[in-house]
Amino acid sequence: MAYFIQQLINGLTLGAIYGLIAIGYTMVYGIIGMINFAHGEIYMIGAFVSVVTYLILSALGLGYVPLVLLVMLMTSMLFTSVYGWSIERVAYRPLRGAPKLAALISAIGMSIALQNYVQLTQGARVKALAPVISGGITLMESDGFTVHLSYLQMFICVLTVVLMVGFSFLIDKTSLGRQQRACEQDRTMASLVGVNVDRTISMTFVMGAALAAVAGMMVTLYYGVVDFYIGFVAGMKAFTAAVLGGIGSLPGAMLGGVLIGLIEAFWSAYFTIEYKDVAAFSILVLVLIFRPTGLLGKPEIEKV
Amino acid sequence: MSESTNPIRAARSPLKTIVIDACLTAFVVLILAIPFIGLKSDSVGTSLQLVTRWPLMFAVIGAMVAGRVLLNLWRMRPSAAPSAKGGKGVGATLSAWGGSHIKMIGVVAFVAAVALPFMPFSNRYVVDIATTFLIYVMLGWGLNIVVGLAGLLDLGYVAFYAVGAYTYALIATQLGWSFWLCLPLAGLFAAMFGIMLGFPVLRLRGDYLAIVTLGFGEIIRIVLTNWVDFTKGPDGISGIPRPSFFGAVFSRSAPEGVTTFADLFGIAYSSQHRVIFLYFLILALAGVTNLFTLRMRRLPTGRAWEALREDEIACRSLGINPTNVKLSAFALGAMFAGFAGAFFSTRQGFVSPESFTFIESAIILAIVVLGGMGSQTGVVLAVFALVILPEWFREFEQYRMFLFGAAMVLIMVLKPTGVMGHREPTIRLHPPGKPGEQPEVVQ
Amino acid sequence: MNAMEAMLNTEDDALLDVQHLTMRFGGLTAIDDLSFTARRREITSIIGPNGAGKTTVFNCLTGFYKPTVGCLLLKHPQKGDYFLERMEGFRIAQVGDVGRTFQNIRLFPKMTVLENLIIAQHNRLMKASCFALAGLFGLPRYREAEKAAVDKARFWLDRVGLIPRADWEAGNLPYGDQRRLEIARAMCIDPCLLCLDEPAAGLNPRESLDLNELLLSIRDEQGIGILLIEHDMSVVMGISDHIVVLDHGRKISDGDPEFVRNDPTVIRAYLGEEEGDDDHA
Repeated sequence: MAYFIQQLINGLTLGAIYGLIAIGYTMVYGIIGMINFAHGEIYMIGAFVSVVTYLILSALGLGYVPLVLLVMLMTSMLFTSVYGWSIERVAYRPLRGAPKLAALISAIGMSIALQNYVQLTQGARVKALAPVISGGITLMESDGFTVHLSYLQMFICVLTVVLMVGFSFLIDKTSLGRQQRACEQDRTMASLVGVNVDRTISMTFVMGAALAAVAGMMVTLYYGVVDFYIGFVAGMKAFTAAVLGGIGSLPGAMLGGVLIGLIEAFWSAYFTIEYKDVAAFSILVLVLIFRPTGLLGKPEIEKV
Repeated sequence: MSESTNPIRAARSPLKTIVIDACLTAFVVLILAIPFIGLKSDSVGTSLQLVTRWPLMFAVIGAMVAGRVLLNLWRMRPSAAPSAKGGKGVGATLSAWGGSHIKMIGVVAFVAAVALPFMPFSNRYVVDIATTFLIYVMLGWGLNIVVGLAGLLDLGYVAFYAVGAYTYALIATQLGWSFWLCLPLAGLFAAMFGIMLGFPVLRLRGDYLAIVTLGFGEIIRIVLTNWVDFTKGPDGISGIPRPSFFGAVFSRSAPEGVTTFADLFGIAYSSQHRVIFLYFLILALAGVTNLFTLRMRRLPTGRAWEALREDEIACRSLGINPTNVKLSAFALGAMFAGFAGAFFSTRQGFVSPESFTFIESAIILAIVVLGGMGSQTGVVLAVFALVILPEWFREFEQYRMFLFGAAMVLIMVLKPTGVMGHREPTIRLHPPGKPGEQPEVVQ
Repeated sequence: MNAMEAMLNTEDDALLDVQHLTMRFGGLTAIDDLSFTARRREITSIIGPNGAGKTTVFNCLTGFYKPTVGCLLLKHPQKGDYFLERMEGFRIAQVGDVGRTFQNIRLFPKMTVLENLIIAQHNRLMKASCFALAGLFGLPRYREAEKAAVDKARFWLDRVGLIPRADWEAGNLPYGDQRRLEIARAMCIDPCLLCLDEPAAGLNPRESLDLNELLLSIRDEQGIGILLIEHDMSVVMGISDHIVVLDHGRKISDGDPEFVRNDPTVIRAYLGEEEGDDDHA
């Protein structure tokens, strides 16, 4: 039981991270109908920016943990959003209206280029970071097994919830959110009623990148190691999460992320850790076969 | 990019536009560059340290701004509008010419390919590169069936390549069967995997299919890496037998009861023989793939593939079973990947999961899309651009993949429909150019 | 005696029997308990204001939607009876020989006109090519079958006046040609029932008249039943043998053109209770 609860906690933490990345996929897919293949790299870039920020802060001798976290969060969101914006501008905007596959290839190319750009500029070696937040609380003890909830895990979960609440507010209540939803429904119509479609799409990329940056920072803190290759696998799983939850649905992305996190945690705990990715993908395939629109996606009526 | 098309902004004086644009570029690049080029985290011992590279960063920013200014100048040159159209026209004409002279081009290319190993300039290196070239051409043609003709987005094509390679590697090392026996088996196995995967997932919409195939590719790789008892895991399988020429082996001396290739033809032994033999082998395999695809295009199955790519709903209304048509494309595409995989195995003598990463799938897919979906000639051109050109830039090894990715973006942005966008009809009522109204060129 | 014979004939001629067809999407009832019969050698029109559920009837008939309730009995003159609601979409065209066109034309735009018509004969050619094997080796059996397919395509191209443009990409054809090509394509599957979804939409009056003639000749020469959705009343009243009027998913009238034209319920549905809005008619 204790072991189970521990895995639950680990899975939720991991799921929160996947969920934040998945939102970027789902939003971009919702608005321009393409898989933003480079989104995983955005997350990786977010992680690197937070590493660099941390190094600057420690070079400056700043040690007050909440301040460090806040600055890391802000800088990684800021810098990574600019990456998100530029990618859209360079690789996707010229291809709007082109065959779907062209945009996908462009995205894959962008992903490869970014990965290697970071490898070139930051080196191929794994970056290891000293833990910023340590310690935690012991929740329960049974059968000689302690359930441990670290402050870091709490931080990740709380931050995710806060971001989700803020983000839902942004989408539901603000004019930007309304424009974004309008473009999702019908881009031509939205532009006719005066929505600046280009800007809205750019903002979508910026928002997605900012959330991915947070995920990147969390991973940096959580695992303490970062390399240029983390984007691919995480991106793939986050996309799986988005599809699992029903692509285009924001709560779905979060739910899908949490599910993927849990599946991974429990599979690693009770079966084999090597095959945890296989488990995640197999479940994706099963969900798609039996519920092709994902868990929270709206059923689609075929237009004939 | 849209500034220049925006009428309000275009009304500004060109110089002002360029300057503002340059400043914006500088600002954006500055933000992009600070955390990656300006600052670098270096591992020193166990801890990380910050290194600054400001001169490099400003050099990069300068280069980007200069590039942007030049781009804008080029776009605003007085003759911009008409010549852009003219350029498109030339491209289309070229592609149409290529389309209508396809037979001639094919024959010339084939003759050149056969003659290549005997050219005075060809050495082991040239033949080796040509072999690699042909492997990718074959893979591109195989995937062209799936993506180019049937329009199914497959991001895990390399999985079938891996299945073929491991089939041959395992059977040959465990059971000792010959290459010629294993080759069809490898294709068959890969096709079976294609059907196994395709059956449940082919009903899915395009993007879902993409992600599932991507996942499948990863699953195969993970299994190959972790099932150590069966596949020897990440170390890979080595000592895979090389193919023989109808029983004649390629070595200096042969064991009892086996002749060597050199003895069979009464020529002096040369290590070059095997390289050339492998080259002809892949040339033949690729040739078969091409002939098969060209033939299939003119058969009901092939036409149904293309029809399915165009409109699945219309296909159903005509009584075409979409699942069967998709499965046939998926399985046949997989089969050719299987053949290519077996060849890869026997050529390298060694396979490991590392050769079958997602990046390979991405390259093959890029070949097909860049070539111009469904165009066989396009695939050859695209392989040249994506596999052979980078080969010449070996000195820039560390920049290679970065440039490769950037080139993919650039090519797509410049030519989203691929180099050979022209589609040749599979059947005509009127002979080309003769009676019947000719379609006006819509430009 | 004569009346008796006529009755027997109509019994025999019934081609499609729709009974209690109901289709719901979530809470929305698109079709509500619709029953009607379409006969061979007759043009049956389904008319009604926008959103009346006409296209939904077609989509149920051709297997794109599964009806919530109801029974769609196809009495194929050669092959026997089929319950269409139980068949998979493509089987309805493959086995039941029901051809259809679409409101927003669905051709294969990058393929040529001729190829469009050859693809419609896929199943026959597939058999002739022994699932590509005979074709792959160029056996005469397949070559003959392909020649026959081209001849059939040529016949229909001639009928719709597209012979000169046979090698055009279908997507480059003018709108009216695309409409006619789609009908020709549906005819190439040798249907016993042809469902046309607004074939006259976007045609000029001259093309519209040609279309009338084409449909009448298909009815008379091929002896098949035609099911027609159309807004253009000159087409509907000019060529229909039988008209079914839908409003909000319900059948409000059913009879020959003369009867429907004078039916007060129909007039009310089209013109509204008080305000006149005769745009539809």
